[in-house]
Amino acid sequence: MLHLPLMVTAQVDLVLVLVTVLSLWTRLCHLSYPNAVVFDEVYYGQFVSLYMKRVFFIDDSGPPLGHMILALGAYLGGFDGNFAWNRIGAEYPCSVSVWTLRFLPALCGALCVPLVYLLTLELKFSHLSALGAALLLLLENSLIVQSRFMLLESVLIFFVLLAFFSYLCFYNAPSSSWFRYGWLLLCGASCGAAIGVKYMGLFSYLLLLGVASLHTWNLIGDRTVSHLSVCVQCVCRFFCLLVLPVLLYVFWFYVHLSILSHSGPHDQLMSSAFQASLRGGLSRITQGQPLEVAYGSQVTLKSSASQPIPCWLHSHKANYPIRYENGRGSSHQQQVTCYPFKDVNNWWIVKDPDRQEMMVSSPPRPVRHGDVIQLVHGMTSRFLNSHDVAAPMSPHAQEVSGYINFNVSMAAQNLWRVDISNREVESDVWKTILSEVRLIHVNTSAVLKLSGVSLPDWGFRQLEIVAEKLFKANTGNLGWTVEEHRYGTSQEQKEREVELHSPSHIDVDRKISFWAKFLELQWKMLTVKQEDSEHKYSSSPLEWITMETNIAYWLHSSSNAQIHLIGNPVSWGVANFSLLAYQVLAVFYLLRRRRGFKDLPHGVWCKFVCLGCVCVGGWLVNFVPFLLMEKTLFLYHYLPALCYLYLLSPALLEHMHTHLLSSVTYQRALCVWASAVLLSVFLSYRTFCPLTYGNPELSANELRGLKWRDSWDILYRRR
Amino acid sequence: MEDYKKQWNTPGDTSTLRKRKNLSENTPLSKDPGRWTQDDPGSSNGTLAECHGSDSNNPPATLLLLLVVASLSFSTRFHRLSEPSHVCWDETHFGKMGSYYINRSFFFDVHPPLGKMLIGLAGYLTGYDGTFPFVKPGDKYEDHNYVGMRGFCAVLGSFLPIFAYLIVLELSQSSTAALITAAVLIFDTGCITISQYILLDPILMFFILAAVLCMVKFNHLTQRSFSASWWFWLVMTGASLTGALGVKFVGLFVILLVGLNTISDLWRLLGDLSLSMVDIAKHLVARVVGLIILPLFLYVTIFAIHFVVLNKSGPGDGFFSSAFQSRLIGNNLHNASMPEYLAYGSTITVKNLRIAGGYLHSHWHLYPEGVGAKQQQVTAYLHKDYNNVWRVHKQDHNESQSGPPDLVRHGDIIRLEHKETTRNLHSHLHEAPLTKKHFQVTGYGMNGTGDLNDLWQLEVCGGKKGDLVKVLRSKVRFLHRATGCVLYSSGKTLPKWGWEQVEVTCSPYLKETPSSQWNIEDHINPKLPNISLSLLKPHFLEILLESHIVMIRGNSGLKPKDNEMNSKPWHWPINYQGLRFSGVNETEYRVYLLGNPVLWWMNLASLGLYLIMSAVASVALQRGFSLEPKRKEHAHVLLRGGGLLLLGWLLHYAPFYTMGRVLYYHHYFPAMLFSSMLTGITLDVLFRSADLLLRPPYSDWLQRAGLMGLLFTVLYSFYLFHPLSYGMTGPLAHEPGSSMAGLKWMDSWEF
Repeated sequence: MLHLPLMVTAQVDLVLVLVTVLSLWTRLCHLSYPNAVVFDEVYYGQFVSLYMKRVFFIDDSGPPLGHMILALGAYLGGFDGNFAWNRIGAEYPCSVSVWTLRFLPALCGALCVPLVYLLTLELKFSHLSALGAALLLLLENSLIVQSRFMLLESVLIFFVLLAFFSYLCFYNAPSSSWFRYGWLLLCGASCGAAIGVKYMGLFSYLLLLGVASLHTWNLIGDRTVSHLSVCVQCVCRFFCLLVLPVLLYVFWFYVHLSILSHSGPHDQLMSSAFQASLRGGLSRITQGQPLEVAYGSQVTLKSSASQPIPCWLHSHKANYPIRYENGRGSSHQQQVTCYPFKDVNNWWIVKDPDRQEMMVSSPPRPVRHGDVIQLVHGMTSRFLNSHDVAAPMSPHAQEVSGYINFNVSMAAQNLWRVDISNREVESDVWKTILSEVRLIHVNTSAVLKLSGVSLPDWGFRQLEIVAEKLFKANTGNLGWTVEEHRYGTSQEQKEREVELHSPSHIDVDRKISFWAKFLELQWKMLTVKQEDSEHKYSSSPLEWITMETNIAYWLHSSSNAQIHLIGNPVSWGVANFSLLAYQVLAVFYLLRRRRGFKDLPHGVWCKFVCLGCVCVGGWLVNFVPFLLMEKTLFLYHYLPALCYLYLLSPALLEHMHTHLLSSVTYQRALCVWASAVLLSVFLSYRTFCPLTYGNPELSANELRGLKWRDSWDILYRRR
Repeated sequence: MEDYKKQWNTPGDTSTLRKRKNLSENTPLSKDPGRWTQDDPGSSNGTLAECHGSDSNNPPATLLLLLVVASLSFSTRFHRLSEPSHVCWDETHFGKMGSYYINRSFFFDVHPPLGKMLIGLAGYLTGYDGTFPFVKPGDKYEDHNYVGMRGFCAVLGSFLPIFAYLIVLELSQSSTAALITAAVLIFDTGCITISQYILLDPILMFFILAAVLCMVKFNHLTQRSFSASWWFWLVMTGASLTGALGVKFVGLFVILLVGLNTISDLWRLLGDLSLSMVDIAKHLVARVVGLIILPLFLYVTIFAIHFVVLNKSGPGDGFFSSAFQSRLIGNNLHNASMPEYLAYGSTITVKNLRIAGGYLHSHWHLYPEGVGAKQQQVTAYLHKDYNNVWRVHKQDHNESQSGPPDLVRHGDIIRLEHKETTRNLHSHLHEAPLTKKHFQVTGYGMNGTGDLNDLWQLEVCGGKKGDLVKVLRSKVRFLHRATGCVLYSSGKTLPKWGWEQVEVTCSPYLKETPSSQWNIEDHINPKLPNISLSLLKPHFLEILLESHIVMIRGNSGLKPKDNEMNSKPWHWPINYQGLRFSGVNETEYRVYLLGNPVLWWMNLASLGLYLIMSAVASVALQRGFSLEPKRKEHAHVLLRGGGLLLLGWLLHYAPFYTMGRVLYYHHYFPAMLFSSMLTGITLDVLFRSADLLLRPPYSDWLQRAGLMGLLFTVLYSFYLFHPLSYGMTGPLAHEPGSSMAGLKWMDSWEF
């Protein structure tokens, strides 16, 4: 039975719609101008290209989700990855769809504005405050600039705001509804996404966890709720806020590694096993090698230390100088070095000390953990040797040489014990690529090691190899992996040389698990250090608060049109002011409450505290850690913290209006003042628009007029 | 339901197995709450339930225990104190600095002076004459009297277990907990070793624990505010804080601990509505005086004594400004004289005005490839050096050869020629090596012939055109003519190619800061009369500030070297690797600083246990389970006392993760003290909760058995590892004949 009439009632918050439209307009219009590489696009762009070509890379600056989002935009626009991102300001060819490259970050940046509006409402402040916050964000030049290019901050801010918004929705929803767990799931997912975009998302995530655990703690203290219900709720929160983000984080890597299946420029940083799992590159060489190293095997040994550079154990027909420059003596035996390029001199033969032959017997006798071997250099037939002579560059360690008998009562000490450090995971047998082996000198129990220092000219600037007592050596970088491997078949030196020069063949296939790859990649990302030097536009965190600094993003190749990351100075001032005001107010209230004066009713006080936790807390966690960092920092690192302050300002104003000012006159004055401030925010937004959109071009005098601070670098073209 | 609730009430109850037992056995327990208090006096450890709140329970027994602790502590520290009779490890630094005090020659160290002053004093009093050179570890003392200094450190080191005992007793009101702590510290080989040598650490730790002890005593006197003993402990806290900070900057962490404690105390007082605002103000003022003003005064006094005592020129002169050096007898600046106004043709040195800024310096080395133009380096250098000398020229080359030289005036355009290499001070539009916003400064030209980029306009700060430039007193700036930038010292240290000297740039930002201001220091011009300048003697506070900046820079300059194995903070709690104090080879007398691994791992385990127990306890409290008074007491001890100690541990450990300087194993020892105290409290509460598992008579047995087992473990492990502290000779541990054979449980241990 149908009840007529059939009615649909829809409520639309027109203000919200209006704000959204305005925000989309400010962020999205003329997105493909300038049609040139802008600032860090040059950095992210190369990764986008590599995604398009499915070539493996490591970026230590952050997890892969952010790059993948950018790559998604490029993929949708049909970008084929064929563009050399070599300098800022290079023109894009017409084959590159600039609009789609920049669309996703711009969209995220635009959606931040309505999100802030909704977030203010969820913090239980009025629509007017919400509008204020949205306008501050809408008219912030630095956020607009940062959104309009292929950069990640806007995406990060979007996910962080979404996480807080959905958490507050969850928290404010009546506890009876199961629907609210949908919000919690969304919260967990956006936390995972935020961390996946940039590690900086971790700061906000930790804050959110703090707030959530505080709420949970109150829940535990609530004796009206049954034990069972408390347990269930705790478990739900634990799953959504802790397990889900971690799973998602791993998932991003899963997608990342599945996409990037080809070898590329960063292969060298990874272990041989990892490299072999990539198509092309090492796997092409190692395909078809015998798996187990046997007596008589011909191998190249790669150091597992990736610092300073990946290299192979190497020797050549040159001896250590009798005396070094500083007067110390050497053994004058053949040099053993580490060489970062493929070379025929990298081949070594594994020999059984008890037998003469250097071919693999049939069946091959594999080398196991604990076996004692000799290593013979393929081209010169010298034995790998070490003795109690100080190494050339690291005198605290032993020299390693290819043994030459000079009849000076210096006996050969060329026995090495094979110590497979990952034998629990792999096996007792020495395997190509998979096994990580430490070579321990039998006579002195020192371990073969890359010292990381380059030799001077007499050593052809190759890297020094030493043997160091095990307990002295840094345990991290002692391993060696067999990379190229074949079973030697010739006993005669001449034949062997020919054999060594010939390429290897035969087929085997190797795989390592996703977890091993994930852990290795994660570890490398956290430990690979780039040389951090100061950048022309880098700045220190304390300069951000007062915006002493700016970043020139782009300058037109012939005119004065330029784009700068400069914030809206008026909004910036408002933000700082409200930060200060909140702290003063909070101290004032706290002291008064402690003395028993309840200035605010309970509900209002809770609201005030919640505001502080989210906004001031958010500012703190996104700002203070930078003070301790030794990285190169830029103004855009401050933007997430700034967004929290914009959230704070109107809410604080509303609080003052309703609870602090008693007389109507003051309240009116405050309103007038607020609208005046808003007007000046708009005006200063208009003033800086040319530097935000790079359009229209300004004359040098106008530019000079925009240089509100002496420390800003604004570029003038000399005519 | 009642039973169900009961088994939730158990702080420290972690395994489900135990819970199951509880259900069956625990029921009779709750019927007789009086039993424990009855049993307690019988068992040697229990004093808790009735006695909390009273200062001392059963004084003779406590005193006896204290005496036992003290005698054990002193005897373990003084055993074989004079062995080995050669310089061990950092004795080479601190012993040497003690000697400097005795000889009154000025030196520089990255730590504040109190520790070394005390060592010097101890040496002086025990008849050491300051003549031993302390050149390198391993040097034989022969007939020099070094035992006094070692003895002094050992005495302070011996107080550590005693203080820890008292602190734990105060926090937990349980002598068992206190005894566990004391036993751990007395028999820890690491604590013994580090107390036996001429080092700053025993002194530092003495003051740290003294401060904590005084603070805890003070906390306990809340009922008797403003009484004599209240004031006494307050003042003693402040004094100990000074001591800690005066020895090493690590003392800041204990200051932070006391500060946080004081803030929470004040917060509590503020919430006490029975106190008037006047009372609260009094409390506040008392703490400001006792914990801020007094320590500050004492700290400044220490430095005053330091500067008064060290009045002769010594190895530390070069780190300080010339004005400072002029104070030191024997320094070449002592009572110096020079021409008063800067003139053309003079040779000068130019010093940057930022605090502890260097001299403008250049040398034959060029900037390396890729760093701006490949011209000669110009840096700022902190030491006196002939390469700091520059010659002032007019912009054109014709200088009047005869007659009195022209004086340099404000606004003049000059050229600075480096005397040694005859290159001109030069700048151009290349990025500076480190501060990329600035321009590079180089040495350019030959024999004073360069180009237009060598011209600098000299300005006296606050001067007007025509003003003369006073040597030493005028602040001057050098403006580069061609680019309009100003000569600037960024304070950043150049990498190896720049010999780790300080970067000099030309800054386009013209704001006046000390970094861009310079003064003329040495001034030699034979054509002008020398005037004896009673140099502006620096104000004491300036010296204080300067020495602090120099110390901080020295500290952050201790970067790990490439080849050196450096210790990471995560190594420390797991006792990953120790420090070799003395001896390497089989024939030598070897001492190895390594904590007793059994005890250290026990500390680590207790830390985890503490977290679990306190989590259970606080959830139980928050959830409002009805707990027996005894359990409430336990929870209270865990959360309050344990919380304080945990905070102490965190404050003394976590900051090392953010430090860029080189770290050593012994940095963990202050944190280890807190960790040991926490162990005492945790294990004590754990043993006392034995009755959750068994019924009363058996639970007491279990408790006692646990304690005996613990004591046995401590003693046996000490027996095993005591050669680490008291010295080993003979073969190394990996060989079968060694006294430590089979005890090398971790590959990373080097004995």
